[in-house]
Amino acid sequence: MTTDCKEQMGGLDAVKPIRVGIDIGSTAAKAAVFEGDKLAFTTAIPTGYNSADAAARLAEELRLQGYDVEDPRASTVATGYGRISVPFADKAVTEITCHGRGAAFLFGDDVTVVDVGGQDTKAIRLAKGKVAKFVMNDKCSAGTGKFLEIMANRLGVSMPELSVLAREGEPTPISSMCTVFAESEVISLIGRGIPREDIACGVIDSVVAKVVPLVSQVGGDSYVLTGGLCDEAYVVQRLAGALGAPVRTTPEARFAGAIGAALSAS
Amino acid sequence: MSQENTTPQKAPDTLPEIFEAFDDARRAGFIAAMEFKQNGGKLAGCLCSYTPLELLDAAGIAAVGLCGMSNETVPDAEAVLPKNLCPLIKGTYGFALTQKCPYTYFSDLIIGETTCDGKKKMYELLNDIKPTYVLHLPQSQGRAYASDIWREEVELLKQELERRFDVEITDEALRDAVRLRNRARRAFNKLYALQENTPPAMSGVEMMTTLLKSTFSFDVEKFVESVEKLADDRLAAYEARERPVPASAKRIMLTGCPSGGVIQKVGMTIERNGGAIVCLDDCSGERTQSMLIDEDADDILRAISDRYLGINCSVMTPNEGRIENSLAMVEKYQVDGVIEVVLQACHTFNVESAKVAAACEERGIPYLKVETDYSTGDLGQLETRIAAFIEML
Repeated sequence: MTTDCKEQMGGLDAVKPIRVGIDIGSTAAKAAVFEGDKLAFTTAIPTGYNSADAAARLAEELRLQGYDVEDPRASTVATGYGRISVPFADKAVTEITCHGRGAAFLFGDDVTVVDVGGQDTKAIRLAKGKVAKFVMNDKCSAGTGKFLEIMANRLGVSMPELSVLAREGEPTPISSMCTVFAESEVISLIGRGIPREDIACGVIDSVVAKVVPLVSQVGGDSYVLTGGLCDEAYVVQRLAGALGAPVRTTPEARFAGAIGAALSAS
Repeated sequence: MSQENTTPQKAPDTLPEIFEAFDDARRAGFIAAMEFKQNGGKLAGCLCSYTPLELLDAAGIAAVGLCGMSNETVPDAEAVLPKNLCPLIKGTYGFALTQKCPYTYFSDLIIGETTCDGKKKMYELLNDIKPTYVLHLPQSQGRAYASDIWREEVELLKQELERRFDVEITDEALRDAVRLRNRARRAFNKLYALQENTPPAMSGVEMMTTLLKSTFSFDVEKFVESVEKLADDRLAAYEARERPVPASAKRIMLTGCPSGGVIQKVGMTIERNGGAIVCLDDCSGERTQSMLIDEDADDILRAISDRYLGINCSVMTPNEGRIENSLAMVEKYQVDGVIEVVLQACHTFNVESAKVAAACEERGIPYLKVETDYSTGDLGQLETRIAAFIEML
């Protein structure tokens, strides 16, 4: 997406009026830029330990692309858990509203959005493009991206590798809902010589099992996945299986929060 | 045999050793309570809106609210009580255990009630620290005998107070107490009515704080006067076109568990994020205060007991009255959205929330449930949920 956009922008010297969305998540910080009604640029960087620093790095990256967030004609909205740490934003909007708006842009107005984030998992029911109902996970990392990250680390693989492994395996039940206990459980499975593929498969099923009840609380019949897992085709496949319905996603869906934030800018 | 007859220790009239460690505000609270006691005042700590306050008034005993409302002593309480218990119960017990609450510390008697299981079993432990008398509630208002057995309970409390404090509670004194408490209820209702305006006359947080303060007064008449004055002042200010809340604020009803311990966590978060609490629908709010007592009833004790039994709490089964009342309040206050607060491990409100949610959904009223405790661990998540809810209104 990013290279295409740069080419389309051509010899852009003067700064155009733009709408910018900045999504500071717990794991990744994302930016999306709209020129008029057209999504012109997206990017993601690791958040790191400092939200304000992540925001500054995103601003710098945007500047290199010819987008100046300090320009009075640029309008910026921040979202994500670090939304209050973006000094150049004109306002802050919650990630629920932004993921809803972003998903409506990407997938249509009447869908149920599943967002598996780094520390929060959300299910958002849209009606006519607006949030009609939402639920979030409890203050617990089970069923979030953090759970997958910790388990992937324990298995000594990256997140994409976890998906690849899982596809080869048969699910081993992981019964602990708590991330800390589940990690111990994974360690004991490793100790018992259970194939890594099977454990990886069990890890993904565990997340799916936690996400499905959240989704059923908001209902709906057309599901879409946003957030960092949209590139993991196997996760999408397992989620669709558990929901008993197709789950649509696209690589741009990981920017849904930033896209929604940009669309919230005036 | 019965706990009512055991007196583990005489209520103190001097300061606890830990007093030296307190800040000025708390020291002032301790000193005020100590002076009240040293001047012959009697103090009863109450934990629930089912406690018939008129009996205490008529006996010349000051009633103070003791519900634990902060996380401060929860870790102390968890040395004895299970962690997975409502923070209000843990806080209440913790404050008694640590002698950090002046009202608990100086109470001559604590009056509990069999509302939830956690509370009623905690009272058995509390009785080892402070004499605790427990009112036995019926399971619902619906049974034909409910009114009679609850009147009997109120009669037993009357006898207990007369015996313990060596006083006589006359019908005349009860009627006077009813008149004064009705005056307080009317004053509260007048205050609530100001929130029907668009925009409301005051912030919900101010309203909640005022209500809470009123439960710590030793002098009913004085606190009634202060509430009446506040209502008059607010009305005058509103008529003088003072608008402390912007007209754009989304009108929120706060329902569910007692909210005194989450005024900052939930109340302020709502109002910081573009909401205004126009209706407080918890057990100390309008759903309870709107119920008056017939001052001229032939059987004044029954008039009192019937009024208290009419309170809608999720411990009652069924509890349809609460939901009907909430929906009526939604109309009356033109509520944009309902936020239900469930304190961690409060099973009755937590389960009943499904009914509240369904009733709201049926009428197209946006509804959000937040489950929380008194700690600060979930502040970020709460802020996001509440802000997102207000954004969607």
